[in-house]
Amino acid sequence: MTGNYWRILTRPLIDENPLTLQILGICSALAVTTSLDTALLMSLVVTCVLALGNGAVSLIRNQLPHSVRIIVQITIIASLVIVVDQVLQAYAFELSKRLSVFVGLVITNCIVLGRAEGFAMHNGFTASVLDGIGNGLGYSLVLVLVGTIREFFGKGSLLNFQILVPVEQGGSFEPLQLMLLPPSAFFIIGGIIWYIRRRRPQQVEKPEFTLRESGESTP
Amino acid sequence: MNALGELLLRSVFLDNLALSFFLGMCTFLAVSKRVDTALGVGLAVMCVQTVTVPVNNLIYNWLLAPGALAWAGLGQVDLSFLRLIAFIGVIAAMVQVLEMVLEFHLPRLYRALGIFLPLITVNCAILGGSLFMVERSYGFAESLVFGFGSGLGWALAIVMFAAIRERLKYADIPDGLQGLGINFIVAGIMSLGFLAFAGMGR
Amino acid sequence: MSELTGQDSAARALVVTFAVAFVCALLVSTTTVLLRPVQRANLEAARVMQLVRDALPDAGASVDAGDLEERVIDLASGRIDTAIDPATFDAEAAAKQPQSSVEIPRELDLARLRRRALHAPVYLVRGDDRSIDSIILPVSGRGYQSIIRAWLVLDGKAARVRALTIYEQGETPGVGSRIEDPEWLARWRDRPIYDSEGVIRIGVATRPGDASGPDAKYLVDGISGATRSSRGIDGMLRFWLGDMGFGPFLQRVRDGEIK
Repeated sequence: MTGNYWRILTRPLIDENPLTLQILGICSALAVTTSLDTALLMSLVVTCVLALGNGAVSLIRNQLPHSVRIIVQITIIASLVIVVDQVLQAYAFELSKRLSVFVGLVITNCIVLGRAEGFAMHNGFTASVLDGIGNGLGYSLVLVLVGTIREFFGKGSLLNFQILVPVEQGGSFEPLQLMLLPPSAFFIIGGIIWYIRRRRPQQVEKPEFTLRESGESTP
Repeated sequence: MNALGELLLRSVFLDNLALSFFLGMCTFLAVSKRVDTALGVGLAVMCVQTVTVPVNNLIYNWLLAPGALAWAGLGQVDLSFLRLIAFIGVIAAMVQVLEMVLEFHLPRLYRALGIFLPLITVNCAILGGSLFMVERSYGFAESLVFGFGSGLGWALAIVMFAAIRERLKYADIPDGLQGLGINFIVAGIMSLGFLAFAGMGR
Repeated sequence: MSELTGQDSAARALVVTFAVAFVCALLVSTTTVLLRPVQRANLEAARVMQLVRDALPDAGASVDAGDLEERVIDLASGRIDTAIDPATFDAEAAAKQPQSSVEIPRELDLARLRRRALHAPVYLVRGDDRSIDSIILPVSGRGYQSIIRAWLVLDGKAARVRALTIYEQGETPGVGSRIEDPEWLARWRDRPIYDSEGVIRIGVATRPGDASGPDAKYLVDGISGATRSSRGIDGMLRFWLGDMGFGPFLQRVRDGEIK
């Protein structure tokens, strides 16, 4: 059983990463990664909501009638997000202001609802919580990577510690302004997907049309 | 009038929910294989957005905002923390209504959209639009314009994206980038293009 | 593996949904009520920080939250009134209510405000040695066609102006509105307020000859073409620095009574 649990926890890290394979949770991954601290906080929020939400849904899965299950899941998730949002506003005020609406948008984060419906409705409590944590970690992995790249090359700092001194402050580092703009997040994640699929060819999608081998090639 | 016109232009192009704020990306990347389904989803999102943002504006300003309940004699009550769940409720109801309307009047579109119609409920762009409306303290007229404009902008982005993807079907793309990877890169380039509108309206 | 659903009856759906809704509501309301005081404190601290940043355009960025103090003072006596909570005190609203405000006699109404509240907030910025480094005063006065609102920042000894920052005005665009120009406002930096006998001499030079007269070092040149707006600033400063304004409070600071 422990082996099974371990697999549930680690599978979403690379093999079934919610962002790079399941196409879930993209919205926040792109918007909050302009600096590493917001990326980390968002990762924490999503992992918490995933773990608690999955746990709650799996506890009531046998009592939940089919017709109302989606709206009940949304209610549970929304309540958890409100609680987390309130806690952030109380104890991490500055950071929560920078995350602005994206904490609230965790409600509509496809990962959370996707795993609640896709896993927690069919599995036990421990497995569901672990699945939530695993997917949260997979999500965090991509977010932290993108956030690190964007903050480092865009501002020369990490977690607001200046590492490379930019020209405006007397140094010699010319920041890549593109890193602070939305398109860079798209490009970076595209690059990450490419790298993962070169290491895990089984994730490569088959093209819809392939060039037909020319029948005229003769030795 | 001019301010509303500027708001409309801004919400369609400059503050495009999909390409500048990355909202509704999951649907964006999953549904845009063909232009006609993209058009259908885009229109559905436009309808839902145009209705939910002003309705949520009324609910927020008359029921939930700090001091909003003054008309009922409860001026010191602050229910703004309930906005997330109230908005989602309104959105879910609206989508339900839209589903029923489509089922009766446009059954082909209803079938083509399939699972993606109820998924609009959890489309971040819809909830995000209402949350931005609160954050920017829009009035009712502005909410109407913003709801319509942001929905239109999102629809525009997804249709353009689908058009590009249809062309890419015949392209020879490296294995690792096939599918999701190249979609991200295309979206990035489109996002870069929309940034060109940044000088507009200044 | 477990089964997906139990009975699908409407009654069951209702019961389950209500139960979930109840538990969620309990969770959300408890958290919100418990955390509300902490959040209020955060918002208030952010508001005061922003105020200081606006009032002190260059130095404001280096001020920490721990160096700021917000106090409500009784204007007539100049004493700090500890009974009023600075976080919720609204001077504008108080000025409109008869029981919390006073009518200003015509000959003393230099800022042409007609009424003013009995109390006013002041913001003290403390230095490393905990002594008062700057005093930020909210001031207002009638200009040509609008009420001008500004932050007047004095040094810790209440002898010179550190900065004047206008944050609200509706004067004639391009003419009177130039009182908000950073170049004009910068002329108030380091300007002495009082002469050697303690008489208020600071103001705006609006009459010909003012600029070269005996008061030259106390006066900032008025904006040409915007005499009424310039006079509005002049009246505003003289009123709020005088006995009908913060005068008694500033005297107490100079005497060392308020530190």
